[in-house]
Parts: sequence; C-alpha cells; structure tokens
Amino acid sequence: MRVSVDPDRCCSSGQCVAAVPEVFDQSEDDGVVLLVQPSPPAELRSAVRTAAGICPGRAISVQES
Amino acid sequence: MTTVEPIDAITFPAARGGCPFAPPPAYQEALEQRPVTPVSLWDGSRAWLVTRHEDVRAVMGDRRFSADARNAGFPFLSDGRRELAVENPSFIRMDDPEHARFRRMLTGDFIIKRVEALRPEVQRIVDGFLDEMTAHHPPADLVAEFALPVPSLVICMLLGVPYEDHDYFQERSRILLRNHSTAEQVRRARDELSGYIEELAERKANEPDERIISRLVARGDLTRAEVAGMSLLLLVAGHETTANMTALSTLALLRDPVQLARLREDPTLIKGAVEELLRFLSIVQSGTVRVAVETAEVGGTTIEAGEGVVCMLSTANRDGSVFASPDELDVGRDARRHVAFGFGVHQCLGQPLARLELQIALETLIRRLPGLRLAVPVEQLRYRTDTVVYGVEELPVAW
Ligand code: HEM
Ligand code: SF4
Repeated sequence: MRVSVDPDRCCSSGQCVAAVPEVFDQSEDDGVVLLVQPSPPAELRSAVRTAAGICPGRAISVQES
Repeated sequence: MTTVEPIDAITFPAARGGCPFAPPPAYQEALEQRPVTPVSLWDGSRAWLVTRHEDVRAVMGDRRFSADARNAGFPFLSDGRRELAVENPSFIRMDDPEHARFRRMLTGDFIIKRVEALRPEVQRIVDGFLDEMTAHHPPADLVAEFALPVPSLVICMLLGVPYEDHDYFQERSRILLRNHSTAEQVRRARDELSGYIEELAERKANEPDERIISRLVARGDLTRAEVAGMSLLLLVAGHETTANMTALSTLALLRDPVQLARLREDPTLIKGAVEELLRFLSIVQSGTVRVAVETAEVGGTTIEAGEGVVCMLSTANRDGSVFASPDELDVGRDARRHVAFGFGVHQCLGQPLARLELQIALETLIRRLPGLRLAVPVEQLRYRTDTVVYGVEELPVAW
C-alpha cells in the first residue's frame, strides 16, 4: 500500500491522526496533515483506509498494491 | 429552471415524531422516498433538502455549493439567521480562499496533540462541577449544573474570557441560535457580544496573555471586528453544542440500560460510544446550509445556480446504506463515518475538543454516579426544537 496526502486539500480536522497516529501527524503551526509512513505495514492498512474514507477534505489517497 | 411541485414541499423545520432522538418523520420519509426533496422555508422561499449520506458529503465537499450568504438565493432558516449570516459574517459563512485564511489562524489550537494535552485540565473541570452538583441533595438539573458549565469554562479558558461573565454571553448565544428571535433581537445580541469581546481585546492589547483572543490581537493583521467575529464564533459554537450533546447523550443512555451497562462494564468503549452518540443524536437539527453558485446534479436531481440547499445531517447519519440498523443506538459500532460535524472545508473546527469533553464528561458521570437516574417522569422533559442545536431544556437527575 502507498499513501499520499494533499496538504492543499487538508482542512486540519485531525481525523486521520486520531485514526492512525502511526501514519499521520499534523503540523504544529496550522494542523495541516504530515505523512509519517507512506508505506504502512499490513496491520495498519485497514485503519488507513478508514482515515481516507472519513477525511473531510478528501486529501488522503491510497494506492493498493 | 426546475419547477418544484408546490404540493410536494416539506415545511421546514418539520415537527419531530414520537422518539425524541429521531429526526422528524417527514425528513426520514424523504430519505426513503425522495432523497433530494423541496422544502418550504419560514418566509415561503424554497430550498432543496438533501437527506442521504453520500449526497450530503457530495454537496459539502463541492465548491459549487457556497457557504457565503451574500450569494443570491442563499437559504435562511429564520429572519435572525439572515441577519447573522449577512452582516459582518464570520468565516463559517465564507468560501475559500477567504475562509481558509481565517480558519488557518485557529487550526493550530485544535490539533489532536494540543487538545489531548488538555485532558488533565478538562478532567479537573469535570470533577469540579460534579463535586459541586453532588454536594447538595438530589435532584439536580444536569443541564445547568454540569452539561453547560463544563464546555463553557473550557472555551473561556482557551479564549481568555472571564468565566464569571457566563450569564451574559450564554443568554445572548441562545438568542442568536433560536429560530423565533427577530432580526432586531439577533442584531442587538450580536452587537452586545461583539462589544464585550472588543473591550476584552482592547485590554489584551495592553496586557497580553497566551490565550486565543490575545494572540489574535497580537497578530496585527486583523481588525478588531474580525477578532471579535472569530472569537464570538468560537464562544457560541464552543459551548451550546457540547452542552446539549452531553445532556442528550446522558438521557439517551439512561433510556437504554443495555448500552449504559456495556459502557459501565467496559470504559474503553467510550471513544467509539461518543462517535455513535454524535451519529445517533445529530444535534445540529437545522442541518447545514449552502447555495449552488453553479448548476450541479445531486443524487440525480439538478440543482440550478441560485438555489438553496439544506443538508440534513440527522438523516444522513441514519442512512441504512452506510449504518446497519441505523435507528439503534449501539455503542460498540464503528460510527466514524457520521457527518454530525459536517463535511468538507467547514467541518467542525472544534471537533477534537468536543470529543475530548464528551469522552471525559460521560465516562466520569457513569463511573462516579452508578445510581444516576431521571428524577422526573420522562414525559415531563421538554426539548429544544426551536433552535439550531437540539437538546433537552432541563434534565432533572438523582443519584
Ligand atoms: C458536539 C459538539 C459539536 C457539534 C455537533 C458541532 C457541529 C458543527 C458543524 C455541523 C459544523 C459545520 C457547519 C457548516 O458546515 O455549515 C461546525 C462548524 C464549526 N464548529 Fe462545531 N460542533 C461542535 C462543537 C464545537 C466546539 C467545541 C467548537 C469550538 C471550540 C466548535 C467550533 C466550530 C467552528 C469554529 C466551526 C466553523 C468551521 C468553519 O467554517 O471552517 N464546534 N460545527
Ligand atoms: S483527515 Fe484529512 S483533512 Fe483531516 S487532518 Fe487528516 S488529511 Fe487533513
């Protein structure tokens, strides 16, 4: 799985961080998403899919491989 | 232009039915039979009611639908709401990039880590009000003694507003949110609140602190009116919502002993339970409003530029294609796809804080008061139907 984020679409809701803190973080200044792990291990993948599904800015893309 | 059959229009807001937690039956019928349906507003104007989860997310995430009430055709849900939305609107009634400019001045305060760091402080506040409430003999009104003071003190602390003034701003907040307030009443309440905050901001300019209002003043790129507007939005949105959610959640759990027992036995369920309660109760009963600035199709219906849209969050959160057995409260389900905080760029700025407050308030209430029960017959409870945020007027409890 490859994850990518689009900071321009992010509205700093923090939902991705709440769902998978191992993969997503937020900038200290304005809360915009930071990607910690672009290739998450198997056990986090379903949580990453959840995060992508609830992201209010549709800023998270997931490429299954 | 789409011609709207007059006979079909639902009068907005529609009356609630027998279950105090369920959306009005007319909206639920629309969800099943005609998910994008015309509604007739208080002044006789028309708008589209969007009821399905997928369609609500589509509208809220689409720039062709504007939150800026200065656009022609914007649907106002009352006379007072028009006043609030059009005169010096805050960023909740702006579109990007204007909206993002203001919102991003505040998002840093609501990042998950920073809000999580408030946990001990919020726990202390929750325990403090619960101590006070239980220091006297039951019954007590859970709304006035617990559900409202907790978020009110928390938002005052974050903004740097003296909590002693709570009666002043709580009274005026309620006028702003009430459907039957006249434009004149809303104007006066808003001006008084703005004046109050501008005065506070003036003092902070001389004696700065680390709180939000002071930092907004210190930026130097905002007018006093802008500082007041942003602070006011946080103050009003920051306590009425969480307060009503706390009291209504308590009532919903007291009415459903099986779910309450599950939570009592396994406190680790609390995070998920709060998401489920947000979904199940969907307290922003007015929904969220937008106007089409370009023609767009929503769920097979064409919405023309200049037509208003009301996104019904409560029906979207009971859409059976997303949530199995949607009319059941199930504290163990994964309800995170709910839209109780909206969707898209305006999705609730304060959501991490609201979640923290609700988790702590409900967990503490359940743990500390094992005998918590209603102190009046349930039929005697009165509900807040005539305002943006649904809730219960008073919740007399014993323990
Ligand atoms: C359970 C509690 C809450 C609920 C259900 C709730 C619900 C909502 C909803 C539905 C919106 C979107 C409005 C729209 O799109 O037109 C919103 C926006 C907003 N909320 Fe909340 N809210 C809650 C608590 C809070 C708290 C605690 C704060 C402040 C600390 C807050 C501050 C805001 C702000 C500033 C906005 C405007 C965001 C923007 O336009 O970018 N809310 N809220
Ligand atoms: S869920 Fe989406 S909008 Fe929210 S912080 Fe993460 S990337 Fe940004």
